[in-house]
Amino acid sequence: MEYFAQQLINGVTLGSIYGLIAIGYTMVYGIVGMINFAHGDVFMVGGFLALIAWLALTAMGVTAVPVALALVLVLAMAFTALYGWTVERLAYRPLRGSFRLAPLISAIGMSILLQNAVQVAQGPRVKPLPPVVPGNFFQSEGAGGFVVAISNVQVIIVATTLVLMVAFSLLVAKTPLGRAQRACEQDRKMASLLGIDVDRTISLTFVMGAALASVAGLMYLLYYGVVDFYIGFVAGVKAFTAAVLGGIGSLPGAMIGGLLIGLIETFWSAYFSAEYKDVAAFSILIVVLIFMPSGLLGRPEVEKV
Amino acid sequence: MSALLSIKGVTAYYGAIAALKGVDVDVAEGEIVTLIGANGAGKSTLMMTIFGQPRARDGLITFDGHDITRTPTHEIARLKIAQSPEGRRIFGRMTVVENLQMGAAVTKFAHYDEDLARIFAIFPRLKERAGQRGGTLSGGEQQMLAIGRALMSRPRLLMLDEPSLGLAPLIAKQIFSVVEELNRTERLTVFLVEQNAYHALRLAHRGYVMVNGRITMSGGGRELLERPEVRAAYLEGGR
Ligand SMILES: Nc1ncnc2c1ncn2[C@@H]1O[C@H](COP(=O)(O)OP(=O)(O)OP(=O)(O)O)[C@@H](O)[C@H]1O
Ligand SMILES: [Mg+2]
Repeated sequence: MEYFAQQLINGVTLGSIYGLIAIGYTMVYGIVGMINFAHGDVFMVGGFLALIAWLALTAMGVTAVPVALALVLVLAMAFTALYGWTVERLAYRPLRGSFRLAPLISAIGMSILLQNAVQVAQGPRVKPLPPVVPGNFFQSEGAGGFVVAISNVQVIIVATTLVLMVAFSLLVAKTPLGRAQRACEQDRKMASLLGIDVDRTISLTFVMGAALASVAGLMYLLYYGVVDFYIGFVAGVKAFTAAVLGGIGSLPGAMIGGLLIGLIETFWSAYFSAEYKDVAAFSILIVVLIFMPSGLLGRPEVEKV
Repeated sequence: MSALLSIKGVTAYYGAIAALKGVDVDVAEGEIVTLIGANGAGKSTLMMTIFGQPRARDGLITFDGHDITRTPTHEIARLKIAQSPEGRRIFGRMTVVENLQMGAAVTKFAHYDEDLARIFAIFPRLKERAGQRGGTLSGGEQQMLAIGRALMSRPRLLMLDEPSLGLAPLIAKQIFSVVEELNRTERLTVFLVEQNAYHALRLAHRGYVMVNGRITMSGGGRELLERPEVRAAYLEGGR
């Protein structure tokens, strides 16, 4: 029982990180109908930027952990957002209106470029970060002597994710920008007839997705204490799977899909074998897609016209 | 006469195919101008070319004296030209109110409450359906929504592409009378494309006839209605 509870906690933590990345995939897919294969690498870049910002801040003598963390968060989000904007501008916008596969190929190219650039700049080995937020938020002595613990880092990850997801959902549902994004998703030409700057709206979508991915990068860094140039690929594929599982294009779907993938992976490693955790996650994806081709929360097409 | 909208020698293409072959049209402030023509004549293309979708290849389009021939589409909309386009193009997954809010975007919501109340007064049906998704409205309700959305921007020029298409005669008539009243009471300028030539020309101050990408006739609305060529081609049976 304690073991189960512990796995649940770990799974939710991991799932939160996947969910944050998955939102970027789902938003971009919704608005430009393209899988942004470089998104996982934007997450990786976010992780590195967080590491660099952290080291720089501590070198500058900022030692209060909450202050430093908040600053790192803001810095990583800002730089990664700029990154997302640039990638969209350079690699995708010039190809808009060209054949469907062109931006996809460009995205794969961008992904390789980002990976290699970081590998060259930061070296191929993993970069460690000494534990920043040690300690447990909650701890219990179980009957069999097994300890259930929720670490402070886990609390930070889940709480940050919750806050961001609520804020983000409100933004999309209630603000003019969110409405413009949904309008561009549904009918770009009509949106422009109503005075919406479609290019700008798409840029902002990339920026928002990238900012969330960078938060995920920081969370990953805090949780595992290491980053390397390859984490973007693995986490990217998982988060993409999460987005598809939840129903690509659906925001709550991305969150739920992220949680599910995190839980499946954690429980599979805990009870069966860690080597086959990815096989489990992808098998469940395949099963879900066979019975629900548009994912768990994929939109049923009920419209006229 | 200083035209609010002036179109001179405009051509437009889909790939290599010319859809507009040198079109001249003027719409003066406070006028209702109707464009009629057979299917495929290029009427909807002209409406969209004013917004640069597709771009005019030759010619000049000015609005209120500004050259808008090469202006980006969304900036043209921000000059307060609004269109209820062919096929209505309602945002199906947004509610009625959200669709209307999309129309208010160019006003930066400066007089949103007042304008919403006005649209609901013109089309009480939309008020009843305020929270319903656009995609589940009936065809007539969608048409009202498309016009309401266009009006939410407080346009200086309202363009309507076949507003009566697919509507019951009674509702079509209601839509025409709304247009007429807005023109009469607020001097709203209207550029209208219609299959329903009889009603549309009776409503209009002036009209144009388009054949195969060219304007072949123009004149006063009722004057055009009297012409035998117009009657023969667009008013079979006299209506
Ligand atoms: N997207 C497009 N691609 C290629 N050809 C097009 C496109 N849209 C319209 N056309 C062609 O351009 C011509 C003019 O079309 P348009 O829609 O402007 O006609 P219309 O006068 O509005 O007709 P209707 O009364 O049927 O609405 C037609 O021959 C049509 O086939
Ligand atoms: Mg048409």
